Amino acid sequence: MRKATGVFILRRMLQLIPVVIAIAALNFLLLHMTPGDAADILAGQMGHATVEFTQQLRQEFGLDRPLYEQFAIYLGKLLTFDLGMSHIQQTPVIELILGRLPATLILMVAAITISVVLGVILGVSAARRQGTITDNLISVTALIVYATPAFWLGLMLIVLFSIILDILPSGGMMQVGAGLTGIDHVLDVARHLILPATTLGLFYVAIYTRLMRASMLEVYGLDFIVTARAKGLSEGQIAWTHAMRNALLPVITLAGVQIGHLLGGSILIETVFGWPGLGRLVFDALLQRDLNLLLGILFISSVVVILANLVVDLLYGLLDPRIVHK
Amino acid sequence: MSQPVLDVQGLSVNFRTSHGVVNAVEDLSFQIGEGETVAIVGESGSGKSTAALALLRLIPDPPGKIVSGSVRLDGTELLTLSESEIRHIRGFKIAMIFQDPMMALNPVYTIERQIGEVLQLHLGMSRRERLLEAIELLRLVGVPAPEERVQQYPHNLSGGMRQRVMIAMALACRPRLLIADEPTTALDVTVQAQVLDLIQGLKDKFGMAVMLITHDLGIVAETADRVVVMYTGRKVEEGSVTEIFDDLRHPYTRGLLGAAKWEEGDGDMLREIPGTVPSPFDMPTGCSFQPRCPLAEARCLSDRPGLETFAPGREVRCFIAGEARS
Repeated sequence: MRKATGVFILRRMLQLIPVVIAIAALNFLLLHMTPGDAADILAGQMGHATVEFTQQLRQEFGLDRPLYEQFAIYLGKLLTFDLGMSHIQQTPVIELILGRLPATLILMVAAITISVVLGVILGVSAARRQGTITDNLISVTALIVYATPAFWLGLMLIVLFSIILDILPSGGMMQVGAGLTGIDHVLDVARHLILPATTLGLFYVAIYTRLMRASMLEVYGLDFIVTARAKGLSEGQIAWTHAMRNALLPVITLAGVQIGHLLGGSILIETVFGWPGLGRLVFDALLQRDLNLLLGILFISSVVVILANLVVDLLYGLLDPRIVHK
Repeated sequence: MSQPVLDVQGLSVNFRTSHGVVNAVEDLSFQIGEGETVAIVGESGSGKSTAALALLRLIPDPPGKIVSGSVRLDGTELLTLSESEIRHIRGFKIAMIFQDPMMALNPVYTIERQIGEVLQLHLGMSRRERLLEAIELLRLVGVPAPEERVQQYPHNLSGGMRQRVMIAMALACRPRLLIADEPTTALDVTVQAQVLDLIQGLKDKFGMAVMLITHDLGIVAETADRVVVMYTGRKVEEGSVTEIFDDLRHPYTRGLLGAAKWEEGDGDMLREIPGTVPSPFDMPTGCSFQPRCPLAEARCLSDRPGLETFAPGREVRCFIAGEARS
C-alpha cells in the first residue's frame, strides 16, 4: 500500500513535466502575441532611442533568433527558475514572487481550512436535523452567503470587526514596527489573517455546507447506516464517523477546484485587506503592464494548482480505500 | 413452555404518508424460545422487515410509529426503554444481519474497525483485545486467514465472506436474539446453504433465538422450527414447520408453497398466487387476501376473519380453514 502510494506520487510528478512544458509554451506564446517586444518597450520608455539602438537591444536579449531557439532558451531558464526580469521593478521575477508567495499560501490554506471545516460541520449538522428549524436556518444562511459578493462582505467585516467592535486589524499582515518575534509574531499574523481568510473562504463555506448536507442525506439512505444503528451506535457517532467519512468525497473534489479559484479570488481580497501576497503583485503588475512578472506569476500559480490537486488525489485514497492509485 | 426469549404481543406499526396512514404491521404476536428458529414468511410488503426493525425500535419516526403492543426480551419490555437503554440492547442483546452484505458494511472502514466497534461499545474492550476477538470471531464464522482478512476492507471480500463478517459482527456480544433479514437472498445458491448452516450451528452453540425473515420456503423447511406467515401486515397463519408443510390451512400459505392441489379431486387450483399484494392505500374490504383467493365466499368480502387458535402455537386467520377443521 505504502509502496504503491510512493510509485503513484512519482508517476504523477513525471506527468507534471509535459503539463509544465505546455504551460511554459502558452506563456511564451502569450509573450510573443502581444504587439511589440521588450526592446520596443524599453526603447519607448527611454523616449529617444534610435532604430539601431533598438536592434542592438534585440540582439542583447536574443530576440532576433528564431522562435524555437528562443523557446528552448526560455525552457532552459525555467529549469533554473529564471523567470526573467521585471523591467518595471528592475528585480528578478522569481525574487518578487518568492517574496510574496508565502503570504498568499498562508491565506489560501487558512481560507480552505475555514471553508472545509465550517462547511462540513454545518452540513452534517443540517443533515442530522433535516427539515427542522436548525436545518432551514443553516440552509438559508448558506444561500445568502453564497449570493453575497466577497469584496462587499470583506468591507462589511472590516466595518464590523475593525471599526465598530475594534477587535481585529483592518488590513496588513502584521503590526508594522512592533518587531514581534516567536509566538507573539505568529499570533499577530493570525489576528491579521482572520478577516481576509474568512472573507475568502466564506463563499465556499456556503457551497460546502449545501454539498455536505446533500451528500450526508444520500449516505443516510444507505444500508450500512441501518447496520450502524442496529449495532447500538448513537446518532451522533453515526453522523460524525460512518456517514461523514463517506459523505466527504464530493467536498474534497470541490476543494481541488477551489484551490484554483482561490488564487484568482485572493487578488481581490488581498487588495481589500492590504495583504502582501501574490494577488497584490498581480494587481500592481496589471496596472503597470509588467508582462514578464504577470507571466511568471501565471506559471508559478499553475504549478501550485497542479501540486495542490496531487494532494487532493492522495486524500481521496486516504478517505476511500476503494480508490486505488494506479 | 418456559419463558420465551422474545415475546411479541399485539405489535402495530403505522406509517404516516401524504396519502394517509398505512398500517404496516397490525396486531402481530409471536414468541421465540431459546435455541429456536422462527421463520417470518411473506411477500414483499407483507410487513415482515418492518416488524423486525420495530423490535429494535429502528422504525424511522417520522413517518413511522409503533402505535401499540409489547415486545419483551427475556421479560424486559423494550418499547418503554429510553433511547440510551434501547441502544444498549441493539447489537448487544439483539443483533441483526441484512439481505445485502455488499451494502450493509461501511465501505471505508476495515473489518477490524467494524467488528471492533461493537466490542468497544458494549464490552468496553481495549484496542488489542478487540483485534484478537475480531480475529477469533472471523475464525468462528469460517473466514479463512482471519489475521489478514481483519485488516481488509469490505470490497476486498466476496459476498459470502461479507455475510460471514456480518454474522461475526452480529455474534460479537453473544446476543440472545439474532434477526436475520433475508440473509441469503443476495448470495449464490452454493453459498446460501453454507451461510444457513453457519447460522444454525452458531444458534445451537450459543442457545440464541433466531428470527429468520424470508420468502423462500425451501429455507424455511430446512432451518425453521416454527413458521409465522404474514400478509398485508397481519399474521395469517402460524404453526410448526411440520404443520405448515403437511397440514397448512390458509390459502395464502398454500399459494406461497405453490402446491398443486388444495383438496383431493379439485385438480390444479393454485400454482401461483394470482394478482398482487393490494396497495396499502386501497385495502379490500373484509379479508385482505380475498381478491386473490380462489376460495373466497360472500362473507370473505364483507367481514374480516379473526385469528383462530387450533392448538398452542397453531393459528389461522381464515373463515374456511376454521370451518373445514372444526
